[in-house]
Amino acid sequence: MLGKLSWSAIPIHEPIPLITSVVMIVVILGVLGLITFKGWWPYLWREWITSVDHKRIGVMYCLLGIVMLIRGFADAIMMRSHQALAINAAGYLPPEHYNQIFSAHGTIMIFFAAMPLVIGVMNFVTPLQLGVRDVAFPTLNSVSFWLTASGALLVNLSLFIGEFARTGWLPYPPLSEATYSPGVGVDYYLWAVQISGIGTLMTGVNFVTTVLKMRCPGMGYFSMPMFCWTTLAASLLIVAVFPILTATLAMLSLDRFFGWHYFSNDLGGNPMMFWNLIWAWGHPEVYILVLPAFGIFSEIFSTFSGKPLFGYRSMVAATLFICLVSLMVWLHHFFTMGSGPAVNTAFGISTSIIAVGTGVKIFNWIFTMYGGRVRFSVPMLWSLGFIFTFVIGGMTGVLLAVPPADFVLHNSMFLVAHFHNVIVGGVVFALFAGIHYWFPKAFGFRLHEGWGKAAFWCAFIGFWVTFAPLYVLGLEGMTRRLQHVEIEAWRPMLYLSVVGVVILIAGVVCQITQLVVSIVRRDALRDLTGDPWDGRSLEWATPSPAPFFNFATLPDVAGEEAYWGIKLQAIESQQLAPEPRYADIEMPVNSPVGFYTAFFATVVGFSLVWQIWWLAILGLAAAYAGFVVFAWRDIHEVHVPAEEVARVDRARRAAREALLQRLAHQGATP
Amino acid sequence: MSDYDLPAAIATLRRVREDPNRLGRRGHGDAGPALGAGHGATGPASKRVIVGYGFWIFLLSDIVMFSCFFAAFAVQREATAGGPTISDIVDLRRVALETAALLLSSYSCGLSFAATNARNRLWTQVFLAITAALGLAFVLLEAQEFYDLVRNGVTPQRSGMLTAFFGLVGLHGVHVSIGGLWLATMMAQVQFKGFRTEIVHRLICFNLFWHALDIVWIGIFTIVYLIGAGS
Repeated sequence: MLGKLSWSAIPIHEPIPLITSVVMIVVILGVLGLITFKGWWPYLWREWITSVDHKRIGVMYCLLGIVMLIRGFADAIMMRSHQALAINAAGYLPPEHYNQIFSAHGTIMIFFAAMPLVIGVMNFVTPLQLGVRDVAFPTLNSVSFWLTASGALLVNLSLFIGEFARTGWLPYPPLSEATYSPGVGVDYYLWAVQISGIGTLMTGVNFVTTVLKMRCPGMGYFSMPMFCWTTLAASLLIVAVFPILTATLAMLSLDRFFGWHYFSNDLGGNPMMFWNLIWAWGHPEVYILVLPAFGIFSEIFSTFSGKPLFGYRSMVAATLFICLVSLMVWLHHFFTMGSGPAVNTAFGISTSIIAVGTGVKIFNWIFTMYGGRVRFSVPMLWSLGFIFTFVIGGMTGVLLAVPPADFVLHNSMFLVAHFHNVIVGGVVFALFAGIHYWFPKAFGFRLHEGWGKAAFWCAFIGFWVTFAPLYVLGLEGMTRRLQHVEIEAWRPMLYLSVVGVVILIAGVVCQITQLVVSIVRRDALRDLTGDPWDGRSLEWATPSPAPFFNFATLPDVAGEEAYWGIKLQAIESQQLAPEPRYADIEMPVNSPVGFYTAFFATVVGFSLVWQIWWLAILGLAAAYAGFVVFAWRDIHEVHVPAEEVARVDRARRAAREALLQRLAHQGATP
Repeated sequence: MSDYDLPAAIATLRRVREDPNRLGRRGHGDAGPALGAGHGATGPASKRVIVGYGFWIFLLSDIVMFSCFFAAFAVQREATAGGPTISDIVDLRRVALETAALLLSSYSCGLSFAATNARNRLWTQVFLAITAALGLAFVLLEAQEFYDLVRNGVTPQRSGMLTAFFGLVGLHGVHVSIGGLWLATMMAQVQFKGFRTEIVHRLICFNLFWHALDIVWIGIFTIVYLIGAGS
């Protein structure tokens, strides 16, 4: 009746997961209780859960990403502290639990922290920068988000009911086959990632279509802001490689459920096929994360230097070059597989060549700052920290790209230090910078600068104190994922790394304090004009927070920096353009289909993990019935009357007029 | 606004011509219609173009997924583990029937869309029904093939080659079955809702999907069955 599910799935005898789950359940119940008590449900349902507004969905993606980032960071704290306590001692985590923690850490950080944050920023920013009102498929966008949330829920459920995979963030067979991993851990991994992966694929389809087919009049390809180019490149990669992930996970599921032989050890199965397939997805995946990060930095360097981006076209070329070459380097993840010197050399060279594209970008950012009036605001600090950190991370990557060196360093702490160096220094720094940069556009007030700077310095120093020792340990021969350490000489570096983690915790505290302080002082930090950073692209032409229809009339633009030209002209002539003739707007209507899909995706995923077949079939049938009901609806758009549009836009114009008058009063205009 | 004969079109054109936020530096009025092709600098494309284009992108991703199963078959083709080889299990006569059914179904699917373009509900439904019947015939033939194989102990658990064979052919069969469910739903929608814009868009997507399954089948027919039978 309930498949493999029984009371023994609840970890009553393991204190750490039990206490964590109880605390989590209490917190969740507390939050739900508060929402119920305050009567916020109708508001949440109407304005957020069923929203198809790309800005709301972007914010929800970021919230999910931040919560999961903290969850993954908790795993990291446990790993670092456990290793420091397990030097010729028992430590505090038993092996089977430690293995779950490093697997969950990687899975959560990549799939449920970095991806939602990157996609969240893409969602929030791209349509605004393109000068349009929404993405190509708004309802599908909501489905994508809720599927990602469903995957995150399944991962967290594994903490309380059953177990998580012990096979690392990529479950390599034959270890992950049912023979060697008979529990439900790998199944939780498979279905959580499968469900969220389908959501990501839909996001990719959505954003390729949005960027290629929905730009405002006058915006040709070569006048798109750099961030839109990187969104396009990342989305193209998603469309090209996420189906590979879907296929690979499906094959492993077939092996595990039905005893097929895709990756098994016997009867013609081929484990190396899994490695090839998973990295054919996995390597482009890191560029899916880092290309939008490069886009964020491009916007920030240009805005805070008060200059156009240096070498815009070479930046576009470098982005697309990386996009293409990222598909041709996957084998460097297993040089030791034994493909022979010719194959290894080819992939070593392609891996080194991809650094050229990144090098072009680094120089472009440096030259953007050169001769500019650089303002060292919080986003700019993150960006400068990124250049320093990422260059070093990139260079250690080029070291690993040399096959003979890789034979020594693969699977070592050196590798761990390298990929944290590029992903934390590249992606996470970019996301913190981007959140600080676009926060006023989402909520109407800025984040506190002082606490932001404190958070940056803690994160920057904490990062280096944590990971520099890991480079050393790797060179000294320490392999990754050790539950037990027997070499006394590694003690100082392992301790130093824990000190770094403490500094990083201080950084997290600063971030949370920054948010609280900013909310409390929101009136003083209010962004009245909609252009708090003296920006250059179209999102700063809207008021803060942007109205749900983004633009009262679709802008018609010229040149590479759409908004910059308009702004200069307005300041020069000391007046705004004449008021437009406002017209009615049609916006897509809210839809619960995303939430509904995710609910049944969770039910189906959970029942497949525990092999409760009847429930899985029931869930799929209910999902289908739901789709038919939604396909039958008659109203697809809500009508925004011209008067409402005019009211919102006149308020925006009044704020801009006031700004112009202030500038004239200050004597800033001719 | 409603003084004009084509109020919506005039309003749309005006929205482009007037540049209220002064969001550009060049003179306007020659910016073309507000709903452009989506490429170049002509403004967002129409909903029909966006839906079709987006669905094409999705189909490309689906073809990438199939390519993984093709790749697995190529890798494991000789991995028979002492069991039957691919030439032992191929029955070309049945495959010829399957292929004929699927290709004809694609033809009638195309005819149904010609009828849709003419907004003829009766012929749209007739050709969609023929498409469904041929698709069902295909699925039944494939089910019969699998049933015969499994009955004789030729199961995916037997060897890597058979795993890859059942995986690739079965994935296509699942796609055709889901397509059939979609087709039935679309027929009901056309019957009860008529040719509303979004239903025509869905019919466009369904047509693309059905033809894409044909393309994939031609790959399977060639690589698995024809080359398999000849080896």
